[in-house]
Amino acid sequence: MTESMNPEPAITPAIVAEHGLTPEEYDRLLAFLGRAPNLTELGIVSVMWSEHCSYKSSRRWLKTLPTQGRQVIQGPGENAGVIDIGDGQAAVFKMESHNHPSFIEPYQGAATGVGGIMRDVFTMGARPIANLNALRFGSPEDAKTRHLLAGVVAGIGGYGNCMGVPTVGGEVNFDPSYNGNILVNAMTVGLADRDRIFYSAAAGVGNPVIYVGAKTGRDGIHGATMASAAFTDDAEEKRPTVQVGDPFTEKLLLEACLELMATDAIVAIQDMGAAGLTSSSVEMSSKGDLGIELALDRVPVRETGMTPYEIMLSESQERMLMVLKPEAMETARAIFVKWELDFAEIGRLTDSGRLVLTMNGGTVADLPVQPLVDEAPNYDRPWQPTPARAPLDAASIPAPADPLATLARLIGCPDLVSRRWIWEQYDHLVMANTVQRPGGDAAVVRIEGTRKGLALTTDCTPRYCAADPKRGGAQAVAEAWRNLTAVGARPLALTDNMNFGNPERPEIMGQFVGCIEGMREACLALEFPVVSGNVSLYNETNGTGILPTPVIGGVGLLADVSKMASLAFKTAGQAILLIGAGDGHLGCSLYLREIEGREDGPPPAVDLAAERRNGDFVRRLIEGGHVTTCHDLSDGGLLVALAEMAMAGGIGAEIALPEEAAAAPHGWLFGEDQARYLVTAEADAAAEILRMAKAARVPASTIGSTGGGTLTLSTGHTISVATLKKTHEEWLPAYMREA
Amino acid sequence: MKSAVIVFPGSNRDNDVRLALADATGRDPTMVWHRDATLPEVDLIVVPGGFSYGDYLRCGAIAAHSPVLREVAERARRGVAVLGICNGFQILTEAGLLPGVLLRNANLKFVCREVGLRVETSQSLFTAGYATGQVLRIPVAHHDGNYFADDDTLDRLEERGQIAFRYCNADGVFGSEANPNGSARNIAGVFNETKTVLGLMPHPENAVDGLLGSTDGRGLFAGMVEALS
Repeated sequence: MTESMNPEPAITPAIVAEHGLTPEEYDRLLAFLGRAPNLTELGIVSVMWSEHCSYKSSRRWLKTLPTQGRQVIQGPGENAGVIDIGDGQAAVFKMESHNHPSFIEPYQGAATGVGGIMRDVFTMGARPIANLNALRFGSPEDAKTRHLLAGVVAGIGGYGNCMGVPTVGGEVNFDPSYNGNILVNAMTVGLADRDRIFYSAAAGVGNPVIYVGAKTGRDGIHGATMASAAFTDDAEEKRPTVQVGDPFTEKLLLEACLELMATDAIVAIQDMGAAGLTSSSVEMSSKGDLGIELALDRVPVRETGMTPYEIMLSESQERMLMVLKPEAMETARAIFVKWELDFAEIGRLTDSGRLVLTMNGGTVADLPVQPLVDEAPNYDRPWQPTPARAPLDAASIPAPADPLATLARLIGCPDLVSRRWIWEQYDHLVMANTVQRPGGDAAVVRIEGTRKGLALTTDCTPRYCAADPKRGGAQAVAEAWRNLTAVGARPLALTDNMNFGNPERPEIMGQFVGCIEGMREACLALEFPVVSGNVSLYNETNGTGILPTPVIGGVGLLADVSKMASLAFKTAGQAILLIGAGDGHLGCSLYLREIEGREDGPPPAVDLAAERRNGDFVRRLIEGGHVTTCHDLSDGGLLVALAEMAMAGGIGAEIALPEEAAAAPHGWLFGEDQARYLVTAEADAAAEILRMAKAARVPASTIGSTGGGTLTLSTGHTISVATLKKTHEEWLPAYMREA
Repeated sequence: MKSAVIVFPGSNRDNDVRLALADATGRDPTMVWHRDATLPEVDLIVVPGGFSYGDYLRCGAIAAHSPVLREVAERARRGVAVLGICNGFQILTEAGLLPGVLLRNANLKFVCREVGLRVETSQSLFTAGYATGQVLRIPVAHHDGNYFADDDTLDRLEERGQIAFRYCNADGVFGSEANPNGSARNIAGVFNETKTVLGLMPHPENAVDGLLGSTDGRGLFAGMVEALS
């Protein structure tokens, strides 16, 4: 090996530690390399073996998740998951976190998170047709929350709006555990022909390796390593490792890639995301069981004097690596010239099984490819289960004097207020296919030129996961499934984004293991497999972790979007029916937290058989045109759901509390029992629905009727819908004005 | 009616308006790439929404100086109908084909929502499908839709009937509550002096399909087909 132009320092234990490698991991590197690495090689190994790229703490657990199903074309392991949606079409989707960068620089962190996940999807040959997100911020009282929320929302909008991909849905929670570690999880869904999916496995010794897109700069060096470490108070000093996004270039890259994909030129393609050129070149060659040679002086750079180390570790955005058929080179070049993007042949595939990097004629790195992947650490971290909480009987919790005044407080609390201030900053209509806009149970986008639609949602209830990880993991999957069902869709598959604290702490690892176990059970029971995902660990500051937050991004299919259900009351005089049963579970509820100031008790039980039975029944009602409105019950329980339906439709309702609710009316009104829905139907159709429910062994009852401008209970309490709506709409804009 | 849609790098509602035109006319418009040497002979040229050239300088500023826009301007001078929507409106003002400018929204935020629009005159080839005073529901989606011109210009536009649409509430009343971006005198769309060029911020192409919400944009496309066929 010859020396590079920039002499590199000798590798000391301190340099190894700065790269996030443990002494044991370094020994493992020495063992397969048979010599000490140079700095470039150390950098490459350190990012490949980072938590972010190697999943070294989570891999063995992720493997337990169900990933199979007739609808699955491609499960985890590629840039995104792929499912069959009929008629030769496929939906391609994934969710990914950009938590650490977004805390340091919210606009660019969130924007490049959106850019990165869109690239993952169009790398596979799919045109992105919808974006969603799942956001967690600290307490509204925390000094940084406003600034972070404003920046993240502007960044998500700034990137997605320019790309012309509608941002159609998402969720937002506030909790003090996120004060120092916000969560920004972005999901993209794309559409492709099922026989035109592109993969990353390289093939064909001698085939050219092509770099396309934006030029490489010094931004984002060691982003993957940053995402694999916990924050201390100096987090802001890491700002230079946050990438800067350019959505215009990505829009050009998208169009150029799709134009090229319509030809027969591409052998393999991989976007340069975390760990940039390093992970893309290693992943492509390792999947193809080949070697790869790259001439780094041919990489388009936008700064002078970049070293091999910097070029390999840069996380500059809007770049792709491709292996092309040699005879298609000129066709491909013409397309990228048309779109005014860089197109550079930077190397070729070899049969050496090695990653060989040259610069100015000298070899600057020479590593065997397979060990970078196969020898990556795979830890069985010690874990301890989260202690079970004592049961909490609703009757032991004080009941409110006026449940409707309590309702007004709940729908005005940060976790339940209208998110209009957020989603109006997202272009949710571009592409002219948004059938269900933000604010419903799930967004629905039509598949252009068909009657089909995709239903999309992101869901997680972190407080449940903290109280009982297994139950919380199951609940997150069940709620996503329920939200898809509530618009009339058949849930097909999900992507997950596992956000947790430091896995080296057994109690955190116990949360992870518990959530995975619950998710696994729910995925199996609901036939709702995992096809892609992402893990973000070390979400903690000064030793305090976030609430465990395994976000589920669900995708479902509507055969006919004209039959879609929505949650707004349609007219007065319709019957309101409750589907599903509960015992007024107030443990871990928003009622308990917001009204009583307590966060104890276990989360509600998740009966997956009931979930399946009730949901399949509700879907049948929607498909058969039996119901006029449908809404799932979740945070805040029945009365909050009812208020949301009334506010959306501008129509009130009268509700009769059943006799069994007499002992603990607040349990019936605000309990968060699972597997439940509210539906409305023409008054004379209610009896038939109850008969059908009985035949299907699904609990159902008529609880009231729509009409008027107030919500009125049989207890005599009443409140105007306009008052509720004002409370619901005004909190977030007012909060953001107080900057 | 034969139509063409100009596509810049960064255009992103080009396909939305293509679908709306195809639906209204029964045939696909010609999609003209910004570097194409020739613009076909058509009855209507549409400059669509998006972020032409990334809009990094000033919205529409670079597109306004592109060769294809010179050709569009030449056609406009010959009386060919030109419709600019959102970024297209910004481009046409930057190119001097329409009066006024579009500033950043008053609250500095991107806004995507359905707004009320009052049709200020039905006396144009673009608005012939509506009644004067009719109130429409049509979405906006922009960051820079705050229409501005000096008072003399605004007075002149009003005198000459060059205001096409204004933001209004459900009852057709103007007011700051109904104004999504701070536009002067609630102006959402303006004509050139001969009313053969229209620019507007709202997206009628996203209001032509009942499944997606409003169908109030259909009148614009139907009116144009009627006038230009």
